[in-house]
Amino acid sequence: MQDPCQLVRKTYGDPVAEDLRFVVKAVVGEENFIDMHPNKSNNYCCGGGGGFLQSGFPEARRAYGALKNKQIVDTGATYCIAPCHNCHSQIHDLSHHFGANYQVTHLWTLICLSMGMLGENEREYLGDDLREVGL
Amino acid sequence: MAEAAIVIGEGRKSFFMDKVKEILPEGGNLNLCYTCGTCAAGCPASGLEGMDPRLFLRMAAMGMDEEVTTTPWVWMCSMCQRCSYACPMNINIPQLVYYARQAWPRDKRPKGIIGSCDQALRTEGNSAMGASSEDFEFVVGDVLEEVRESQPGQENLTAPVNKHGAMYFLNQNSREPVTEPDEMVPLWKILNHVGADWTYGTLGWAAENYCMFAADDEAWERIVRNKVKAVEDLGCKYWLNTE
Repeated sequence: MQDPCQLVRKTYGDPVAEDLRFVVKAVVGEENFIDMHPNKSNNYCCGGGGGFLQSGFPEARRAYGALKNKQIVDTGATYCIAPCHNCHSQIHDLSHHFGANYQVTHLWTLICLSMGMLGENEREYLGDDLREVGL
Repeated sequence: MAEAAIVIGEGRKSFFMDKVKEILPEGGNLNLCYTCGTCAAGCPASGLEGMDPRLFLRMAAMGMDEEVTTTPWVWMCSMCQRCSYACPMNINIPQLVYYARQAWPRDKRPKGIIGSCDQALRTEGNSAMGASSEDFEFVVGDVLEEVRESQPGQENLTAPVNKHGAMYFLNQNSREPVTEPDEMVPLWKILNHVGADWTYGTLGWAAENYCMFAADDEAWERIVRNKVKAVEDLGCKYWLNTE
């Protein structure tokens, strides 16, 4: 899971990062969660914030994001949860650009999936392994 | 072999950093740097445009105003605050970057950011994608109707707009209603499931604020004030922003 800079480091600090982990573990199962390092307030920005996505420097933006992409790839996880709009757009682009092919999902998608209320049209960011689950 | 020292022109004085120091509490601690490099080591923007946070601060401290206020690097720094968080002297480099952005003439700042800011200023919903409030309300209603009809268990799903006295006023990033409206639904379901009393509004509904990234103080304040007014006009107690 990507700790959004705006939510964690810049606003509510490590306590909200712990809350996020509580929710994510409840949703995916503790054994399926793996942290990046560094994380929480020390997490690296993905490069989607501050207007970078709209600033017209896509090469620099992806060079910036290479560190984030490596952090995610190093976990071996097949899904990255991005509970922030900018993070989601940027990391989704990084996965595609670097050919890493991990899925990038909003947190709301997995919450609804785990509760059995995720509709068929709400699965754009799920991989083939989860796309049919609970339908 | 050490490289030759860089000689800074005589009599050169920092005006840019002095100005920023006057604005920031404690002067942003901008003159406390002892060049440890913790900032640069943890910054993903290090190396872009031959710049990093330590170098940027040193150049500002040495009065290299021309370089500091013209490098495009300030648009490649996301102002994520990793540098100041890790800094042992709590130096506010991101704010220095913000003011360096502001030193750019508005028409020279990145077109994508300025354009998104201007779009938001032109619509009552403050949508950076220029979506009208009418369209937003229509899309919400349309998607809601389809979910209620097609998804068993969701017959009572709600997505209120302009509901007076709701507890929560929820913003919505323009990307969903404009390009992928189905992505709004999971959040509605969660709010509905926990029994939250919430509403969207036609005024100030869009979550994004590119005027802040544009370092246009007057514009971003206008947008924030419009959104606050939207929350207050509906008598909502909490303002939820999903950005």
